[in-house]
Amino acid sequence: MAYRYNSDLTRDDVTPREVYLNRRQIMMGSGAMLGAGLIGGAAHAQAVAQTGGAWDLTLNSLEEITTYNNFYEFGTGKDDPARYARALTTAPWEIVIDGMVDNPGTYSFDQIMEGMTVEERIYRLRCVERWSMVVPWNGFELADLLNRVGVQEGAQYVAFETAMRPEEMPGLAYPIIDWPYREGLRLDEAMHPLTILATGIYGEAMPNQNGAPIRLVVPWKYGYKSIKSIVRITLTDEQPRTAWNTYSTQEYGFYSNVNPNRDHPRWSQAEERRIGGGLFASRIPTLMFNGYEDEVASLYAGMDLNEFH
Amino acid sequence: MTDTSSIRGDGQTWVAPLNGALRRVPVWPLYVIGAAWGGWLFWLAATGGLGVEPIEALEHRYGQLSLQLLVAGLAVTPLRKLLGINLMKFRRAIGVLTFFFLLAHFLVWAVLDVQTASAIWADILKRPYVTIGMAGFLMLIPLGLTSNNWSVRKLGGAAWRKLHKLVYPAAVLGALHFVWLAKGFQIEPLIYLGIIVGLLAIRFWPALGFGRR
Repeated sequence: MAYRYNSDLTRDDVTPREVYLNRRQIMMGSGAMLGAGLIGGAAHAQAVAQTGGAWDLTLNSLEEITTYNNFYEFGTGKDDPARYARALTTAPWEIVIDGMVDNPGTYSFDQIMEGMTVEERIYRLRCVERWSMVVPWNGFELADLLNRVGVQEGAQYVAFETAMRPEEMPGLAYPIIDWPYREGLRLDEAMHPLTILATGIYGEAMPNQNGAPIRLVVPWKYGYKSIKSIVRITLTDEQPRTAWNTYSTQEYGFYSNVNPNRDHPRWSQAEERRIGGGLFASRIPTLMFNGYEDEVASLYAGMDLNEFH
Repeated sequence: MTDTSSIRGDGQTWVAPLNGALRRVPVWPLYVIGAAWGGWLFWLAATGGLGVEPIEALEHRYGQLSLQLLVAGLAVTPLRKLLGINLMKFRRAIGVLTFFFLLAHFLVWAVLDVQTASAIWADILKRPYVTIGMAGFLMLIPLGLTSNNWSVRKLGGAAWRKLHKLVYPAAVLGALHFVWLAKGFQIEPLIYLGIIVGLLAIRFWPALGFGRR
């Protein structure tokens, strides 16, 4: 049975929501302080609370999270996934895990979930299109799964693939990108504790339009890296082909780390708009690595982030 | 300037009654409907009726309406020449509404979306799809301002017609603007571009037999 790991737990059983939010807010405030250099932590946290900047971790509503989606397999309109994704059969679900692993094979969703601890992670999500949300994901660390299947010596990358079912996904009829949707991470990115495979939102099963039944979430990268409805995970020693990078290397790099200092060729990435602010919402500054600089900057030490974008 | 031999719809029995009916339809409701539609969309956006990202939604709706009206305006002459359907008296209203929605599209983009003058300027200079959209908008400003009888008289018919040919390059720029901002290979903007290029080809391609003379 799916979701047995969190079916009897709510966020309130783990940490009261307000406490959790506040703790995250303070953490993020101090992280941003290091980035800014001079501003005092407390003063900064206060400023954030007042301006509702990108540090603000007020959750987006389930309605917002489930009605404004990019999932081009169901169409390019933001409301297409909410309209059409119900056709996706999510049970039974299988994931092929292959390549440089000790235990390759086809794993059922239940087998994948065996022994995994599902926990809540409240992450910012920054889309390459300059909008953002704060989502309470439920999931487990990708590292736990990779360790269980056994990553072989020499593996350097992890490649992912989304389901490709033309009969359930009307968007596949159009050559928007070279289907199936593919993504990839460097192994150290994949093993990073922030990287999770998510199976739910707000303590409920993952909505189809958000990538049911299981999807990647890499919060310091643009949203399209967080591939949905995964059917294949491959360990490899070569940098994998990824969907948007194949479409345009210039516009969508392999790394795709959120970076306010490197513009998309067609638009600036310095700012973003948090979904939920209505017709008169202000833009807010985008944070380096989407605010997770303290946690992940060391992964890219010495790399030119403009070249390896 | 058109002799009836170039009007291909002459023999159609349904054309004359249709034109007769069209003659009895007043033009002014078009302005009322257009203005009300623009206001209604704004109200929807402000009250959650256009989804959780109303700024983008409103910007796109206004822009798309403008492009659709542009296509309608460009279709008036080919419809008359190919089928004999006469929508000439509605053409000014279509043009004015095209400009109205384009202005609304620009204002939503500048004021609600980009928000700061420096960023607006930077986008116009640095982002090609914004640059060409802006060029199309600038071209249509004099057309919007001269869409009245006083201007026609003041400029004289020949000069006025010459000025209003700016709608042709503006239409192509508008369609390219839409094509260029799409993420991935998308069909819809290409359909608009195809229709606009097709309508212009009908006008200018002598081989089609009803080009300008």
